[in-house]
Amino acid sequence: MRRLAAIAEALLTPHGMDRYLELIHPMLVRREIRGVVTAVRRQTDDTVTLAIRPSRAWRGFTAGQYVRVSVDIDGVRRTRCYSPTCSQHRGGRDLELTIKADPQGLVSRHLHTQAAPGLVLGLSDPDGGFTLPDPRPRRILLISGGSGITPVLSMLRTLVDERHPGEITFLHYANSAGDVLYRRELTELAERHPGVRIVFAYTHEKKGSELHGFFSGRHLEHAAPWYAEAQTYLCGPPALMDSVRELYDTMGLSEQLHTEEFAPPPLRLDTTGATGRIRFAHSGKEIDNSGRPLLEQAEEAGLRPEHGCRMGICFSCTKVKTSGCVRDARSGELFPDDNQEIQLCISVPVGDVEINA
Amino acid sequence: MTGLQDRLTPEQVEEFGREMDAIRQRIVADLGKEDVDYIHTVIRTQRALEVVGRSLLFAGFFPPAWVAGVGTLSLAKILDNMEIGHNVMHGQYDWTRDPALSSQRFEWDNVAPAENWRHSHNYMHHTYTNILDKDRDVGYGILRIDPDQKWHPYYLGNPAYAVVLAFIFQWGVMLHDLEFDRIVKGERTWADTKEVRERMLRKAARQVGKDYVLFPALTGPLAPLTFLGNATANVVRNLWAFSIIFCGHFPADVESFTEEETENETRGQWYLRQILGSANITGGPLFHILTGNLSHQIEHHLFPDIPARRYPQIAGEVRAICRKYGLPYNTGPLHRQLASVAKKIVKLALPWNGRPREEKSTTLDEDRQRLAAA
Repeated sequence: MRRLAAIAEALLTPHGMDRYLELIHPMLVRREIRGVVTAVRRQTDDTVTLAIRPSRAWRGFTAGQYVRVSVDIDGVRRTRCYSPTCSQHRGGRDLELTIKADPQGLVSRHLHTQAAPGLVLGLSDPDGGFTLPDPRPRRILLISGGSGITPVLSMLRTLVDERHPGEITFLHYANSAGDVLYRRELTELAERHPGVRIVFAYTHEKKGSELHGFFSGRHLEHAAPWYAEAQTYLCGPPALMDSVRELYDTMGLSEQLHTEEFAPPPLRLDTTGATGRIRFAHSGKEIDNSGRPLLEQAEEAGLRPEHGCRMGICFSCTKVKTSGCVRDARSGELFPDDNQEIQLCISVPVGDVEINA
Repeated sequence: MTGLQDRLTPEQVEEFGREMDAIRQRIVADLGKEDVDYIHTVIRTQRALEVVGRSLLFAGFFPPAWVAGVGTLSLAKILDNMEIGHNVMHGQYDWTRDPALSSQRFEWDNVAPAENWRHSHNYMHHTYTNILDKDRDVGYGILRIDPDQKWHPYYLGNPAYAVVLAFIFQWGVMLHDLEFDRIVKGERTWADTKEVRERMLRKAARQVGKDYVLFPALTGPLAPLTFLGNATANVVRNLWAFSIIFCGHFPADVESFTEEETENETRGQWYLRQILGSANITGGPLFHILTGNLSHQIEHHLFPDIPARRYPQIAGEVRAICRKYGLPYNTGPLHRQLASVAKKIVKLALPWNGRPREEKSTTLDEDRQRLAAA
C-alpha cells in the first residue's frame, strides 16, 4: 500500500496526490488533516458545538491540547486555535469542538452562524503542553471559567473513560445557570461516577448553586478540601486565572497548579538600539522601527492586520516578509531570508524590513 | 530615442504614479471569493485535462486517441504553467492564505524549480524590467534582442538560437538560473551555483521520471507512443510559452533602459518603465486564459501580484491613462507581435543593425534636482 502510494505520488508530481483526490471529495486527502462537520448544536445563544469527523491523517490528541482550525471566509483562509472537548480516547467517535462567538471575532462568529453538517474544515496536528501527566495524579482538581471549560472538560471525560480511581472535582465558573455549557451532561456524569464531583459557581447570581461570586479560598475549601494534596488544572478568563494563581502562590502550592495560557507570556524585548525602517508594501506605509513586535508597530501605524493569539501559536497574523531580517522574540532566532512567511506578533525587525501587509 | 524621463515632467510622472496606485488599491480592496472560485475552476479544469490526456494515451494505438491525448495534455501543461503556476508563484493568491495557492509552496509542471524561478523572474526581471545588464530576461543571456546590446560574431546565430530555445524552452528557463553567461564572464563561480544546481537536478529528475519513464512504463507495449506523446505535449507547451513571453517584451518599439537612467527611481518612474518596457497581445477571453493573461503584459508588469483575471478588467483604464499622458501602449494581435519579434531577432544578428548608446542620457538624479528646484 505504501509502495503504491509512493508510485502514485511520483506519477502526480509536482502537485501530489491530495491535490487530485480533493477534487473528487475534499475529505479524501491522505496527507493533509481535515475534518467534516457531522452535527451542529447550540447549547447557549452565543456558542456552537460541532461534531467533526477527521480525515485519515489525524493521529489523535492528548486531553488539554488545542488544534488549529481553518475555514475559508470570503476567499481567505482563517485559522484559530480551539481545544477539543471530547475524551482523548475517541474510539471511532467524532471530535467535538465548542466555540464561543466573540462579538469581535471573525472566525468564531462565522462558525457560530454558518457551521452546518458537511462543512469541511482544515485541522492541524494537536499542540500544547497543558496535559495530564502519566501516571495520572490520584486527586485532580479541574477549574475553569466560561469557554475555558473546553480543555478541562476533555481531561474530565478522558479520566472518566480511564475509570480513574481517585477523586476528581470539576469546579466551573459561569455568569449564571443559563451560561453553563454542558450542564446536563456534567450533572449526569457526576451521578454515574461517584468519584467525580461537579461544582458550579455563578458569578452574577446570588442563588441557584452551591457557590456564588468570584473565586476565593472559601470556594476552594468547599469544592475540594483536599486541594493541597491534588494537582490542579486551570483554564479561564485572565481574572480567574490571576486570582487562583495568587492564592496558590501564597499557599506555596504553585508547583501543583497547571494552567493553559490563553494570555501571552511577556516577551523579553530590548528596544534600545532598534534601527531601520519598516515598509508595509500593500498600504505603502513606512515607519521607523521601534524594536517592538511588528504587529504592534503595524497597529501603531494605523494598520489593522488580522491576528489571533498575539503569542505566536495561531498563525493568524502570518504575512510574507519580502525583504530584511526579523528576530523571533521568544527564541531569539533570526529569519534573514527574503520572501519568508513570518508571524507579525512575535517578530521584531532587525534593521530595514518590508512586509506584504 | 526619447529617454525614460523626457516624456513627462517630473510632476506628471508622480501624478501618473498616483493614478496607478489608485487602481491598485481599488482592486486589492475588492479581492475575495470570486477570485478564489475562479482560480479553483481553472485548477479543476487543468487537473481534469491532465487526467483525461494521460488516460487517452493508454489507448494511444488508436491514432485519434493519441492526438486527442497529446492535445489535452498540452493544454493541461499550458494552463498549469501559465494561468496557474506563473501567477500563483507571483504571490497573486498569497492573500488567500491557502497553502495550495501559496507562492512559497507552489510547484509547477515544468523542469525549472519554483524556488530558482521566483528569484530570477519575480525579483530580477520584475524589479529591473528591461534594464540592460540587470534584467537577465533581456535576450536571456543568449540572444541579441535589443539594439543597445553590443554586437559579437556569436550573434550571427541569433535566429538559430531562438528556434532551438523555443523548442526546449522549459530547459532554457531552468538553465537560465545557472547564469551561465555570468560564469563565463567570471562574475560568478561554478561553486556559487551548487544549491541552484541541486534543486534543478531534483526537479528535473522528477519531471523526467514521470513523463519519460513511469507513464510510458505503465502503458506497457505502448511505451514508445506514450513517451512520444508526453514529449510532444512538453514541446507544444514550450513553443506556446516561448511565443507569449517573447511577445511580452521584445516586439519593436518596446524600450530598454540603462542602469544610470533608472538609479533612485520613484514609484511613478518605475510604473512608467513597466509600461514602456512591455507589450500586450489582443485576443478573446480563452486566448487570454491560455496565455496566463500575459497577453496583458503591461498590466501584469504594473501590478505583478494582483490576480491575473483582473488585468482585462483594468486594461481599458490603464490604456486611457496612457493616452492622457501621451504614453505608448504597445498592443497587437499575436501574429503581428510574433512577426515583429522574429524580424528583430534576424535583424540584430547582423553587426550593422543596432545602435550605439547616446553619450549623454538624462538621468533620474537630474530629474529629481529639477523637481526639488521647482
